[in-house]
Amino acid sequence: MTVPGPWYLVLAACLFGIGATGLLVRRNILVMYMCIELMLNAVNLTFVTFSRMLNDLGGQDAVFFVLVVAAAEVVVGLGIIVAIYRRRSGATADDISSLKG
Amino acid sequence: MNLLAATQLAVDSAWAVYAVGALLVVAGAAGVVLQRNPVHCALALVTAIFGIALLFVDQGADFLAAVQIIVYAGAIVILFLFVIMLLGVDRKEVRPPAKLRSLAPAGIVVGVVAVVELLVLSQVHYWATGYKGAAEALNGPGENVQKLGQSIFASYLLPFEMTSVLLVIAVVAAVILVRRNAQPGASAGHKTAASARPVAKAPGAGQATTAEAPDQPAAQQAHEPGAPGR
Repeated sequence: MTVPGPWYLVLAACLFGIGATGLLVRRNILVMYMCIELMLNAVNLTFVTFSRMLNDLGGQDAVFFVLVVAAAEVVVGLGIIVAIYRRRSGATADDISSLKG
Repeated sequence: MNLLAATQLAVDSAWAVYAVGALLVVAGAAGVVLQRNPVHCALALVTAIFGIALLFVDQGADFLAAVQIIVYAGAIVILFLFVIMLLGVDRKEVRPPAKLRSLAPAGIVVGVVAVVELLVLSQVHYWATGYKGAAEALNGPGENVQKLGQSIFASYLLPFEMTSVLLVIAVVAAVILVRRNAQPGASAGHKTAASARPVAKAPGAGQATTAEAPDQPAAQQAHEPGAPGR
């Protein structure tokens, strides 16, 4: 006995929205990165829910690969953040505008 | 009568599990967005991840729940905390400039619109075409871990091998990005370098080459003054 799937989809949509809002509102690069992780987790929850609703294992396979890509992404992204903070300490996302035309 | 009571108990417990998981997820996500201190944000992220793992277990994805805890709470959040402590960001109060603080309500509006869009889309259920994927059925015989392993190592073997290449590339990229240059004066900060060599006259040219500087140590010393002169 499990709660019907649409409830999980609604929760995942709310989680995605909270993550997107945080990404737009916060200016600390690390916190913006955590908000991206929240959005990835919302998509993972959607994958698992559809996997259960459609009785297909492919959704869980997709979550597996999303986890691997998220780990690689965090490693590279935090490396970039460390490089940025070394160059200019205390930088927020608004300060990194070197590529602005 | 006894069977009816047992069924009712099963329904109630399922809703209780969902409610606890949803509460953890929403509270953790709100904490990530609302907390000022990045360390508190990371701890709130752990709360949200545990809620997601609980919902995974509730839906029969046991292996993914374990991997979620190990990879996210055990590796990714620790990496976040490590970078926060390494950079010392947790002591500073980040104040956005005034012209951009007025854009925060616009961000909230965009987020709410995104949620409403997703909820409307979830009411339109024509996205399921009925075709099965390459993977097998979820509810067949056998354990979840066994079926997931067979699926990944049989149907999705090539993507699995490609993820190993991706991880190697990520490790190399992290080492190259974070590496300090072993040159005299390079670790002393860009202030001394800027005062020692005011080379770059055109700020556009200096800034354009700054982005690729970590790969070219010689070019970095020549163009470093472009970075603080923004």
